[in-house]
Amino acid sequence: MLSRTADHLFWLARYVERADFLARIVEATQRLAALPMSYSGTGTEWESALESSGAADGFHATRAAAEEASVVEYLTFAPDNPSSIRNCIEFARANARAVRTALTVEIWEAINSAWIELKRYENSNIARGRYDREELSRFLELVKKTSLDYDGSTDRTMLRNDAYWFSRLGLYIERADNTARILDVKYHVLLPMDEAVGGSLDYFQWTAILRAVSALTAYHWVYRENIKPWLIADLLILKMEMPRSLIACYDNIVRFLDAIAKAYGRPGASQQQAHEVMTKLESATTKEIFRIGLHEFITDFVEDNDRLGRTITEQYLLY
Amino acid sequence: MQQSRCFDEMTVADGAIRAVYGKIARWLAATPAETLASRRSQAELLFRRIGITFAVYGEKDAGERLIPFDIIPRVMLRSEWSRIEAGLVQRVKALNLFLADIYGGQDIIRSGKIPADLILRNPQFRPQMAGRRIPHDIYVHIAGIDIVRTGEDDFYVLEDNVRTPSGVSYMLENREVMMRLVPDLFAEHRVAPVENYPDALLASLRSVAPIAAAEEPTIALLTPGRFNSAYYEHSFLADKLGVELVEGRDLLVNDDRVYMRTTQGAKQVDVLYRRIDDDFLDPETFRPDSILGVPGLMRAYLAGNVTLANAVGAGVADDKAIYTYMPEIIEFYLGEKAILKNVPTWRCREPASLRYALDNLAELVVKEVNGSGGYGMLVGPHATKAEREVFAAKLAHDPDNFIAQPTLALSTAPTFFDAGIAPRHVDLRPFVLTGANGVRVVPGGLTRVALIENSLVVNSSQGGGTKDTWIVDDAIFDEAAPWQSQLQNQAG
Repeated sequence: MLSRTADHLFWLARYVERADFLARIVEATQRLAALPMSYSGTGTEWESALESSGAADGFHATRAAAEEASVVEYLTFAPDNPSSIRNCIEFARANARAVRTALTVEIWEAINSAWIELKRYENSNIARGRYDREELSRFLELVKKTSLDYDGSTDRTMLRNDAYWFSRLGLYIERADNTARILDVKYHVLLPMDEAVGGSLDYFQWTAILRAVSALTAYHWVYRENIKPWLIADLLILKMEMPRSLIACYDNIVRFLDAIAKAYGRPGASQQQAHEVMTKLESATTKEIFRIGLHEFITDFVEDNDRLGRTITEQYLLY
Repeated sequence: MQQSRCFDEMTVADGAIRAVYGKIARWLAATPAETLASRRSQAELLFRRIGITFAVYGEKDAGERLIPFDIIPRVMLRSEWSRIEAGLVQRVKALNLFLADIYGGQDIIRSGKIPADLILRNPQFRPQMAGRRIPHDIYVHIAGIDIVRTGEDDFYVLEDNVRTPSGVSYMLENREVMMRLVPDLFAEHRVAPVENYPDALLASLRSVAPIAAAEEPTIALLTPGRFNSAYYEHSFLADKLGVELVEGRDLLVNDDRVYMRTTQGAKQVDVLYRRIDDDFLDPETFRPDSILGVPGLMRAYLAGNVTLANAVGAGVADDKAIYTYMPEIIEFYLGEKAILKNVPTWRCREPASLRYALDNLAELVVKEVNGSGGYGMLVGPHATKAEREVFAAKLAHDPDNFIAQPTLALSTAPTFFDAGIAPRHVDLRPFVLTGANGVRVVPGGLTRVALIENSLVVNSSQGGGTKDTWIVDDAIFDEAAPWQSQLQNQAG
């Protein structure tokens, strides 16, 4: 297939996944910030929402204090934030439109209807800087539904060929990045202490993390235990059954890269790098991760993941 | 009323319904306006969902506009169509022979039938092509010939579009949408199918691959990109053909061969169905500022390593000044009389004609010889005095650049509006395919309709709409007699 087509498919998937993640971050943070100060801890929830979504620098360069209305505006509708949800949907559709022929009607409709809906929000309160929680929640629902529609239609309607594999690679590289980022920003609340008696104050921070990756219910099903910080790390890094864990993302990345290598008759640098990351994850234990430092482990991972994205681009997507 | 002077495809002068529209008339009479309106919004939704939009240059929201679609089909009898079809085949054969000649022996110039400078100094004439042979001597693989009707038996060719004619995607999608909206009408009419167009196009393109190409030639569709007004069509066709949709930046020329950049490295391309004008194809040969094209493409083309459809230089035959010679061209190459008539045309380059045009501007349509898409033309009867004066100055200043034609009374067809059904002017653009395997026309084409009352400009860039075009067997209507007379009784 054309390198440009593969590139557009790859980024289409990334932007849809990113929009979904941003929607969850905003929701989880809203919930956290609505708690009494004594429960939520620091009062810097919105600052860390910015950091988790990689938007802190851009925000501070153009805006004053990080409080709810301004951060939500920045993460959802700000035209000047290249990674705002609005821009993610715009970019997703621009990528989709550029490769209309590589998409099934169902995928196109999932993206195009989201874009048409987005246009309806153009004159809404939040888009014009007036904070409106009800409207916001409808909008975030739309975003989450779009990623489900995109994902479902990709799964149900695409041929299992390179077009599908590059789409999936985009999704899992982005998802791995998102999960890693939220772990990185929140690592300090996940550091193991002596088991807290009663509810730790960090309890709500922990559940916010789980909510951001829609894993709160999953946690209970996997561990059948109270929320414990090291188990959160375990779930989001090493649990294969958790679809947003780093290891589950890499399980998919390795699989799809191998499928491409097989179809094209030759593996290359990206296959090699992906297998290396996977080996690291497979041989890691929570204990070991906390021994060398959660922060260091995650920082390394984010770098590895970024590098793999660049390698895939160089190997397949340049035009 | 101006309407009464022109031929209506459904209703004749005394109010009777033409047999071919009998079933449509009954359907319209039996269907409440609200139902038609809801069908129309259903159609709009379908088009919007599948992403059929048309960008109009120079408009702010140019990005995404929907071409208005009318749900009342335009119906023609097979017997009417057969004559048009024969005329189209004849015309396109002659166009190809003409182009092969002007880039070859130039017999027609030596015969004195057409002034040499009209061809050799034509901006669309490409000297690079002189003396070159291209596969099967086919220059025009895809032609869109615009036809208008003025009476029961009067059909005229208005324009020959042989550069990069567009609209075929609307022909195909209109049909799909209509089949979903009015399945009963289809069952009753047994409409000739058009869905095999992409397949016929693919066969034509494959047949003209360079001789050296592999048995399975690689075909790609070259688009200027997603900001082009016809981008939707390009992607639609690439999809239906099962070929890559490439932009200039996806291609490279190496060793006089064209390659596309794929995830598996460079892959050679044998046939390019290009939807980019000559001027932008190759910055090394044509406009150096073109970023849409592919540097070196002409080298590969002239070396015979890639086929371009349509051929470089085909635009000469698209020229409205050349158009005026079509009857002579057909006679010269085929020894036949033209089956389809030309609109009588004054060539403003001839002093007597210019004088006539200037004196009668209020009755004439004046067009630029190289114009397309309805831009740069004057419809005399509908222009203000001031507009005519401005245009007269332009015309007097550069007469070679213009032709003038009488304002034809284009036929009208019933069209649905919220206020009711009203006649609107229509034309027809059938698509003619030429390959090594011969000339083919799918039955029908794209009917364009001028939605504004009395307007004669049907171009989608000028606010025109489209209709599905139905070619139906004459025999279908033999059984229609009883209720048809009933309908007339009701009317009477």
